Amino acid sequence: MPVARSIRIIGSRTVNAVWRIGYASRFFAMVLFYSGPSFRRFHLTVKEMFSSGVMSLIIILVAGTFVGMVLGLQGYETLKRYGSESALGSLVALSLVRELGPVLAALLFASRAGSAMTAEIGLMKATEQIAAMEMMAVNPIARLVAPRFWAGVISMPLLASLFSAMGVFGGYVVGVVLIGVDEGSFWSQMQDSVDFNHDILNGLIKSLVFGVAVTGIALFEGYDAPPTAEGVSGATTRTVVQSSLAILILDFILTAFMFQGE
Amino acid sequence: MTSSQALVEIHDINFAYGSRPILKGINMTLPKGKVISVMGGSGCGKTTLLRLIGGSLKPTKGAVKVDGQVIHELDQQGLYDIRRKMGMLFQFGALFTDMSVYDNVAFQMREHTDMPEEIIHDLVMMKLHAVGLRATHALMPAELSGGMARRVALARTVALDPMLIMYDEPFAGLDPISLSVVGNLIRRLNDALGATSVIVTHDVQESLKIVDYNYFIDNGVIVAEGTPAEIRASEMPYVRQFVNGEIDGPVPFHYPGGDYKKDLGVPA
Repeated sequence: MPVARSIRIIGSRTVNAVWRIGYASRFFAMVLFYSGPSFRRFHLTVKEMFSSGVMSLIIILVAGTFVGMVLGLQGYETLKRYGSESALGSLVALSLVRELGPVLAALLFASRAGSAMTAEIGLMKATEQIAAMEMMAVNPIARLVAPRFWAGVISMPLLASLFSAMGVFGGYVVGVVLIGVDEGSFWSQMQDSVDFNHDILNGLIKSLVFGVAVTGIALFEGYDAPPTAEGVSGATTRTVVQSSLAILILDFILTAFMFQGE
Repeated sequence: MTSSQALVEIHDINFAYGSRPILKGINMTLPKGKVISVMGGSGCGKTTLLRLIGGSLKPTKGAVKVDGQVIHELDQQGLYDIRRKMGMLFQFGALFTDMSVYDNVAFQMREHTDMPEEIIHDLVMMKLHAVGLRATHALMPAELSGGMARRVALARTVALDPMLIMYDEPFAGLDPISLSVVGNLIRRLNDALGATSVIVTHDVQESLKIVDYNYFIDNGVIVAEGTPAEIRASEMPYVRQFVNGEIDGPVPFHYPGGDYKKDLGVPA
């Protein structure tokens, strides 16, 4: 009997998981299908970019600066052993542009803006605002979800770029101003080693993919949240957990494709 | 109630959530220009009936016709087209919390019409004036009391002069003054717009003051119907229990269950 019960539970969870993946895919397809108004009435998307992008600026800029400062310190300590302190600029820039900028900015974006999107959409559902919109013959996917989706997708690479820029600034402050690494070497090594297509563009592509993943998960979880306090809080937690895992897994896959055979 | 001027016709509607039947063969006719109430205990299927009229749910059997169109047979565009002629006031207003009072009322005008902003401004002010809240146009929904929020939602509901207005528990949680104000507005707006209104409510006394006809639903079927005068004079036990708020009667105080002694572990 316990075996039969276990099989039944596994079967039920598998069916639920498959159903949920199908539902999420359909939701995502609908968001793309109804994306027209997000661009025709671009002010809707701009308004959401303010909520998700501009309001995330402080945390992104502060975190970027400190991550760069830590990279400067740790990088200097390691490079000093090999007498390569002058390569500090390359180390800081490549670490940030290729990996830390897109990944950490996306993780912060998921925690700050993703969770807020889930809670907002979930609460709109719980308070019948979405049902009211449907009864007014206004498609909530087109009016509410799609502008938020595109706002997140557009904001993410911009935030990641700012994160990396502030990180380079933090690395400069620690490496050049505080420790005394040669300023000319710091910038020239960085300029030599960072390639626009290979490093910066790939970093931007990564952040774009993370933006799609984080915003898509956040909006789906909000739209699918049970209309109760527990339901919304559970959906918000799932957004942060799933987005974080998705970012790290996608980062591995993208890195394997982008930088293989170097 | 029968009328050749019916705006909404409900024929033998059945609806179930999974295996749990909610509505079992409901027939109703809502004539143009009238205010109709649907009353019944919590969970009897009143709100489900509104959702069937609005096309948010599909019946398992039967059909709802609004303005001659069978609602569940419409595709999404058809449904949206007919919903533009409907308005629905939700239980707690469902105002958009990220928009001001003004933007809430202007929402449908901006979404569905190409009217210039100056005309929208005048129409919004007129709608807000009709519910007595013109001066609140710059406030956010969080700054309104429950009664004010309901009135703003009412202004938003009638923004595009709908032919059918549905009210889901419009009196729930209101103080006596707000309750009278909302009740009075429902009647006045219906008459001014020449619309048809359906009110789903528990509030017998307030609804009997303003409606033309009442339906009582219990256990998924219509158990009584009539004009307010007929309802007040009714000797039907269910109607008497509901109108007078009696604790026990055809609607039992105890939720159906097993033997009480057995639950307490007392030998029979």
